Amino acid sequence: MKINRWIILWGIVFLIFISLMTPVHAQQKTIILATTTSTQDSGLLDLLLPIFEKKTDYFVKTIAVGSGQAMTMGQKGEADVLLVHSPAAEKKFISEGYGMNRRLVMHNDYIIVGPSEDPAKIKGLKSSSESFKKIASAKALFLSRGDNSGTNAKEKDIWKAAGINPEGEKWYQQTGLGMGQTLNVAAEKKGYTLADRGTYLALKKNLGLDILVEGDAILLNIYHVIEVNPAKWPKVNAAGARAFADFMVSKETQEIIKTFGVEKFGSPLFFPDAGKKEEELGK
Amino acid sequence: MNESKPILEAKNLEVRKGGTIILNVPFLLIPKGEILSLIGPNGAGKTTLLQTLSYLFKPFQGEIFFKGEKVNANHSVFEYRRKLAMVFQEPLLFDTTVFDNVASGLKIRRMKKQEIRRIVMEHLDQLGMGHLSHRSARTLSGGEAQRTSLARAFAIQPEVLLLDEPFASLDPPSRESLIEDLERILRQTRTTTIFATHDRLEALRLSDRIAVMNGGKILQIGTPGEVMNHPVDEFVASFVGVETVLTGRVIKRNGGTFVVSISGKEIEAVGEAHLGEAVILCIRPENVTLSIHPSKEATSARNVFLGKIVKITSLGLYQKVQLHCGFPLVAYVTHHSLEELSLREGKEVKVSFKATAIHVVRKKEK
Amino acid sequence: MVFGYWDLGGVKMDLILEGIKKAFWLLITFDPEVMGITLLSLQVSGTATLVSLLIGISVGTAVALSKFPGRRIVISLINTGMGLPPVVVGLFVTIFLWRNGPLGFFRILYTPTAMIIAQTVIAAPIVMGITLVAIQQLPPKLRLQILALGATRLQMVWILIKEAKLPLLAAVMAGFGGVISEVGASIMVGGNIKGYSRVLTTATVMETSRGNFDIAIALGIILLLMAYFINLILTQIQQRERSR
Repeated sequence: MKINRWIILWGIVFLIFISLMTPVHAQQKTIILATTTSTQDSGLLDLLLPIFEKKTDYFVKTIAVGSGQAMTMGQKGEADVLLVHSPAAEKKFISEGYGMNRRLVMHNDYIIVGPSEDPAKIKGLKSSSESFKKIASAKALFLSRGDNSGTNAKEKDIWKAAGINPEGEKWYQQTGLGMGQTLNVAAEKKGYTLADRGTYLALKKNLGLDILVEGDAILLNIYHVIEVNPAKWPKVNAAGARAFADFMVSKETQEIIKTFGVEKFGSPLFFPDAGKKEEELGK
Repeated sequence: MNESKPILEAKNLEVRKGGTIILNVPFLLIPKGEILSLIGPNGAGKTTLLQTLSYLFKPFQGEIFFKGEKVNANHSVFEYRRKLAMVFQEPLLFDTTVFDNVASGLKIRRMKKQEIRRIVMEHLDQLGMGHLSHRSARTLSGGEAQRTSLARAFAIQPEVLLLDEPFASLDPPSRESLIEDLERILRQTRTTTIFATHDRLEALRLSDRIAVMNGGKILQIGTPGEVMNHPVDEFVASFVGVETVLTGRVIKRNGGTFVVSISGKEIEAVGEAHLGEAVILCIRPENVTLSIHPSKEATSARNVFLGKIVKITSLGLYQKVQLHCGFPLVAYVTHHSLEELSLREGKEVKVSFKATAIHVVRKKEK
Repeated sequence: MVFGYWDLGGVKMDLILEGIKKAFWLLITFDPEVMGITLLSLQVSGTATLVSLLIGISVGTAVALSKFPGRRIVISLINTGMGLPPVVVGLFVTIFLWRNGPLGFFRILYTPTAMIIAQTVIAAPIVMGITLVAIQQLPPKLRLQILALGATRLQMVWILIKEAKLPLLAAVMAGFGGVISEVGASIMVGGNIKGYSRVLTTATVMETSRGNFDIAIALGIILLLMAYFINLILTQIQQRERSR
């Protein structure tokens, strides 16, 4: 009698785990998309991907990592298509032959945020590099992501433009964390930081940081979709990558991007740019 | 009672551990139904012999025959082992009920539940454990646990039962009670039994034959009477409880008897020893008589000496009296005699023992 | 609540309360995404624990009962394995499962299967190590007694395992606890893909990095609750044997 009870119990357990056998997606129908955490965190992909998958029957595996890692995945042929926003690194990627068909998809922008007391007095400034200079001279607390992400790369560009090297300074702290977390740390410590507008808007309610500087051209964050070159890596799903890239620049998708975020935050999180030239942006 | 065909036979058994030979038994034959006990000090090889006989231990060389058939190839070892049962000094019960413990041997043999129930209860009752069948093994006393272990062994109805010092960890009353029950069951079932013990009284009580072991060898094997009263050498003698062991040379012969000189005294013994021969005289303490009126008592003992009491030790039922009569001598007396004769240390008494009560070990006899 | 300035103590309490409320809400309404994530956590970690039980108990028992040259080395390897950093396991499994890696042709990177593999690698040594000790500390003559009762080698091993039930159940709990709570390997080999390879731990990390602390805390609470209930059941089984 006791034995039977055990058999039943194990039988149930076994059945539960059999249900784990999720249908194995056919290999040709799987696409690995490498993108950045901030892109995924915006929620845009959660909206777009189901549409894409339904339309084309592809299964997209979105791997959200830092910009650096996304590029590396492309270099190693471990991803099929990239959606990233590090133009300098992207250009190198293309010139080294790892990627092809680099197409402009959309842009959003970065903003400099900080405590409303604004000890460095940067509010309203038009130039981001000027703002950074003032932060440095005031030795005001600045939080950097310090993780080689797209945001981090942009931040470094601005410091370069300001002619300042903040590494090692006491007021310059690197969190190594994602955008959302870094914003929270900045809020708690009443420091300045560079953030993408999307993440800031998502957290604005509970944050307590103000937008101090915006609109500078250098603060533009430009997204491209790049297909990994199958000549270098024959195993990549070139057809899938092409389908996804085409989808991202298609008219219907661009329309969706245009209105994404308006309902929730009052302003769109991204600005669709497919077909435009990079230099035209921001005007 | 003992059928002519031996149930177990061992030849040239040798067991080695790390190069040294720890068991060396050239020949051992056990008839069906016999109770054989192995006695000897710790490390004598009793446990090794038991484990080798049951093939729990693979011998370096040697053969074992069960009912005339050789046991060696893997398959027959397993079949052979299923006909044996072994009980150890520790009960080694499983963490479950008394019933399940006793049933374990039967479950291993895939017996049907009904059958198991019947057999288990029968054997539990036999050992007086029937009312405890639902108890957890963890809650049993030492005696109860060992009874359960025995019931477990009997339940598989073994053809040979091997016991390795099964009563050594029990307190005297439990031990006494269990030995009684075991004796009864063994007589009833006529199960061939080999058991190891270092308590010679146990051995005396239960066995048909006793084997004295030391250093991995069987020194002597025979009926209790043979071994106890006619030990084959000093070691066996001292182990079986001969307290007085004296060495000397034969100085006179008188027909069927001879005289040995020991520390200046002359002791007469019965036997065939030659003049000048070196012999060992073994005198059991029960055979030494003490008295305090030398001249008045007539005794048929040829050996009469004056001795001084060196030490008196109590052994429970007996008092052990160590004397010096020119040579050391040990006698057992009852407490009653002790009182009656007012024996105390330092007192001088008359000591006597019969010539026929002396067991002579001649060096050549081996 | 918030007037532009942060009060550290007040905010933390607030957040935790928000988290608890959120957890309650998500559970009560059977939020499908959270249910899916929870079920997947259970499936992945449960399967990994079961597989590691099979491997762990057999290897642990085998090593405990046999003598062979190099046994000490094997045992110290197992003991080291008990403390393997999950992220390191994740890294190595990832490298093996990369498309261009030695096992790439299986194409199981970024799947729950890969997560099960990684978690099994993490849990198996734990089960092995505890089983090893559990069997070793049984009375040495017990083995002989079982054989003397006529058991085959297989029956003997099974009986010994049953005798060591108490510590072995602890091994199950340790193995399960180790993998239900692990995140480093799961993120690396699973990819935290929504609706596919996202589990409670990886989702918690993601929500935290997004700054959604209330959701993160909620997921954490759900994880704790689930782990508690599973361990409650296992403890019942373990301790029920005790009181018999």
